Amino acid sequence: MLETRYRAARALPLGALARAATGGPNVTVRPAGAETRFSLRVRLPGQQAAPRVAGLALDGPINTVVTEGETWAARLGPDEWLIGGPEADADLLQGRIAQALAGLPHALVEVSHRNVGIDVSGPRAAVALNAGCPLDLSEAAFPAGRATRTLLGKAEIVLIRLTAESRYRVECWRSFSTYVHGFLNEAAFGVEGPAEH
Amino acid sequence: MAQPFRLSRGGRIDRSRPLVFQFNGRPVQGYAGDTVASALIANGIHLVGRSFKYHRPRGILSHGPDEPSALLSVDRGPGRIDPNNRASVVEVRPGLRTASQNHWPSLEYDIGAVNDLLSPVFVAGFYYKTFMWPRKFWDKVYEPFIRAAAGLGKAPVEADPDRYANRHAHCDVLIVGAGPAGLAAALAAARTGKRVILADEGAEPGGALLHDTTSEIDGRPAAQWLAETLADLDGRENVILLPRTTAFGYYNHNHVALAERITDHLPGSATPGPRERLWQVRAGEVVLAGGSHERPLVFADNDRPGILLAESVRVFLNRYGVAPGRRIVFATNGASAYTAALDARNAGLDVTLVDLRLEADCGPELARLRAAGVTVLTGHTVIGSKGRKRVTGLIVAPLGSDGRCGGRRVLDCDCVGMSGGWTPAVHLFSQSRGKLAYDEGIDAFVPATSAQAERSAGAARGRYDLAACLTDGFAAGAAAAGSEEQRAFVATPTLTGFQPVRIMPTDADPAKVRAFVDFQNDVTAKDIKLAVREGFHSIEHVKRYTTTGMATDQGKTSNMNALGIVAGQLDKALPAVGTTTFRPPYTPVSFGTLVGPARHALFDPIRTTPIHAWAESQGATFENVGLWRRAWYFPRPGEDLHAAVARECKAVREGVGIFDASTLGKIEIVGPDAAEFMNRMYVNPWAKLAPGRCRYGLMLKEDGYILDDGVVARVSDECFHVTTTTGGAPRVLAHMEDYLQTEWPDLQVFLTSTTEQWAVIALQGPKAREVIAPLVDEIDLSPEAFPHMAMRTGRICGVPTRLFRVSFTGELGFEINVPADHALAVWEAIVAAGQPHGITPYGTETMHVLRAEKGYIIVGQETDGTVTPDDVGLAGMIAKAKPDFVGKRSLARPDVVASGRKQLVGLVTEDPKLVLDEGAQIVSDTNQPIPMRMLGHVTSSYWSPNCHRSIAMALVADGRALLGRSLYVTTPTGFTRVTVSEPVFFDIQGERVHA
Repeated sequence: MLETRYRAARALPLGALARAATGGPNVTVRPAGAETRFSLRVRLPGQQAAPRVAGLALDGPINTVVTEGETWAARLGPDEWLIGGPEADADLLQGRIAQALAGLPHALVEVSHRNVGIDVSGPRAAVALNAGCPLDLSEAAFPAGRATRTLLGKAEIVLIRLTAESRYRVECWRSFSTYVHGFLNEAAFGVEGPAEH
Repeated sequence: MAQPFRLSRGGRIDRSRPLVFQFNGRPVQGYAGDTVASALIANGIHLVGRSFKYHRPRGILSHGPDEPSALLSVDRGPGRIDPNNRASVVEVRPGLRTASQNHWPSLEYDIGAVNDLLSPVFVAGFYYKTFMWPRKFWDKVYEPFIRAAAGLGKAPVEADPDRYANRHAHCDVLIVGAGPAGLAAALAAARTGKRVILADEGAEPGGALLHDTTSEIDGRPAAQWLAETLADLDGRENVILLPRTTAFGYYNHNHVALAERITDHLPGSATPGPRERLWQVRAGEVVLAGGSHERPLVFADNDRPGILLAESVRVFLNRYGVAPGRRIVFATNGASAYTAALDARNAGLDVTLVDLRLEADCGPELARLRAAGVTVLTGHTVIGSKGRKRVTGLIVAPLGSDGRCGGRRVLDCDCVGMSGGWTPAVHLFSQSRGKLAYDEGIDAFVPATSAQAERSAGAARGRYDLAACLTDGFAAGAAAAGSEEQRAFVATPTLTGFQPVRIMPTDADPAKVRAFVDFQNDVTAKDIKLAVREGFHSIEHVKRYTTTGMATDQGKTSNMNALGIVAGQLDKALPAVGTTTFRPPYTPVSFGTLVGPARHALFDPIRTTPIHAWAESQGATFENVGLWRRAWYFPRPGEDLHAAVARECKAVREGVGIFDASTLGKIEIVGPDAAEFMNRMYVNPWAKLAPGRCRYGLMLKEDGYILDDGVVARVSDECFHVTTTTGGAPRVLAHMEDYLQTEWPDLQVFLTSTTEQWAVIALQGPKAREVIAPLVDEIDLSPEAFPHMAMRTGRICGVPTRLFRVSFTGELGFEINVPADHALAVWEAIVAAGQPHGITPYGTETMHVLRAEKGYIIVGQETDGTVTPDDVGLAGMIAKAKPDFVGKRSLARPDVVASGRKQLVGLVTEDPKLVLDEGAQIVSDTNQPIPMRMLGHVTSSYWSPNCHRSIAMALVADGRALLGRSLYVTTPTGFTRVTVSEPVFFDIQGERVHA
């Protein structure tokens, strides 16, 4: 019985799959469903071209994200990537990455349950994020394809912008997710009201 | 008649939107666009408060943020009461309730006014002089009295129902102040396409242009130019225009804090959105265009209601369409008051002007005003004022060429507009750590040397002429945006210039004259002189001794007059006296704005485990451990902490208990050099630890003291699963990364935090194996195949697990690591499977007792950052053969190897029922003289249900040599006798873990 439950549904800290979106007319805050994530640590070889893992190029600049289908890899440091993909692809993805990096010292650690994703979208999404994130999120400073580790209020997050849409993924650790989710809803409220700019 | 002092036309108020608010319970009529001050004046109300110290009647002095006197309590509904609001900046709205402060029983009849009669007693430094002796009076008499008398206004008592927002913003050019200079700066900067934020504290941008009804700019009336400019800026995508937004703090790296007031001016409390918003702007360049403040004249009884600043009279006339009086006397030492007088005359009021300057020193303003039919008395001083709760006359006298006053005369009036010159608002510049310089030509300190990427423009740096302001502002805005564009503006010349005066010449006895310098703190010229005579020569000391320049207005009106008086007394030049420090905030900021969303659940992240909801449903009591909230104990109906813990402790030793250990820090250490890295980080040896086996690891700082501990499993040759203490997780990971990145970048090893990936279910007790046996797959649980201190991977309830056979209780036990999102399901399955065995959930308190029964240390309880492995009896953990590890060298330090160090021992009380206090001090002999020699202290102390007595651990000097000896421990009432023992109290042979 439990076997079925294990495969079928993870008990996500922000509730069941596709929890109702909240926010205001200008900002939507929606917890993501169950996803697969890995923390990849590897030192890229100096001279040769960087290996592609699971179709993802690792040699992009720090603080960028690359995608391949539904899989993405955000480079957070010289030797650190956060890789995400659909829940069903967990084993496949792990195998493909490990295969690509065979022979290269690396750490591929599953953190699917450590991380919680929350999507923030809508025309005022960046402004709402700026309630707690001190970074410049303007089009010029944080265009599509950017990703970074940063702060949201008192919580550490990874902020990812996959496309040119006004849509951002906030990734935080599991036990911070109620705080981050609450903070984002308060932030959505904070951009509403009269005389909004 | 309603609003008898409202002019029949003019002003920027909306006469189509009349409204009613309350002042001291009485309805007051006004219009949309009014401030509380302008509406009160429209109704002839000038008496609006009692002064802080002497309870003197006070009125409205200013029209703006520098108002020191008209401080009101403002009530916007339940929980929305605020003291000390400046009437001059609070916008009226229907239903607003305002009230005056600092009086009893009423504003008109205030008992406290007796202080005014006693004023010869309340001299500068009164408190310092009076409350010195006898010393023992301080606690019971003086301090309570001063506390009762201190403070202005009443703090709200209800929780604030409003919400407050925070926003970080970035721009290329931040412009503070949207007067002529700021607007011109914004025009110039906006044209470059750079990102511009223009913030203005007023309800409407425009600054002085809002009340300038006569000037023209580039051939258009000033108001028209303003409207066109605002429309231009509004239409630009790259400009954010923020009205009602005060830049109040200027910090490092052009980090400027702004407070935006969003809803206070709107009718009704149901307005959606936050009340205020804190903007934290990081600006490439800052243009400070905050304008200037007018100085009052210092003469006797210059604080009478009805005496305003001259420019404020003009603002009330022109911007709000109200007359502060029908017969107005302007008193001045400069030209700008002539503009105000002319506007008053043109509004049909009876106007007289008294100028301290001699006829010959006046400019063209003199002839112009006289041509308008106004009587101007040049070469006249102001001796004092008449009236009580409202000015009824101004006493003036001609000044002879010898400086003596001629015959006094009283000019009957119901309003005085005084002008003592102008002071640039350099507050933000000074906060930015820029250096000021004294400009003798305008008798003011002006910005000189910038410390940050910032420039001042317009009146904020002493450019008072309108065209000069505009041109200066434009150049500043362009330069801030990296452009060299210049634009010359043509505007009506502004009447500027004044002859500095500190105290108006008088024929009265200076010792009896009460001429106010600081209206908010009731500081007179006499007080400042006294302070200087008593030896306070530094302006900072004078400020603290007299309180001049303190409180909410921070000396905006008083600063230069106070400085000038000090300089005069000391016979020094003004720059030699210097100026006091300008501190943030520029004007008062609500606590809500500073706090922002960080309230209630968002005050701090509250970290909970996947099991938290289950524990809540079982009625657990929780405790805070860092940011984590952990189940403390699980009381059954009728049980207190002790009863619950006693039951939980028994259950674990006799049956099986289940404990949520998910908060343990976990780090996955992976790479070819993982074992070498572990060898360097921990005192223990790791090379020979076989995969599938665990070891208790002890980690030191460089100083040799214990940093953290935890069980480590070797998952494979190149992978370790490290656990840390709950509180130590971030610290340990940072400590490891620090060494890896800075000391050993050559090591091929990577660290990943898995604290939150793995939830940990601790199952402890003799029946633990029986409980999980039916749930576990792929792992042989038999003691032979799976001994104590081993780790296996497999499945539990179908979920992948790293199953540790470890124990922090001394019992047979497992710590079941499962991916966090599956933990609750696994936990519930184990609880169900354990029902026949009486499985008992237990909390952190029981965990603490059980480990203490076994003498296991807790880092942070038995250790305090000065404890070595040997101190707690763990020297045996240290690998002898390793060449090095973090802290190794420090373990050979003379003070670490010396005898006499405190060592961990057990303490057994003579009275088995007595539970010692943790932290209690230990001595060998209670008869020694005080101060006694302390041998150490109790680190852990509990009632042990399994030992049927109290148990305690302690750090005692040379403790291990004192086994069996008697010592004494402090108790709340004296001492109690204890016997030193080994720090283990239960299952001393340690056989139970191997069951």
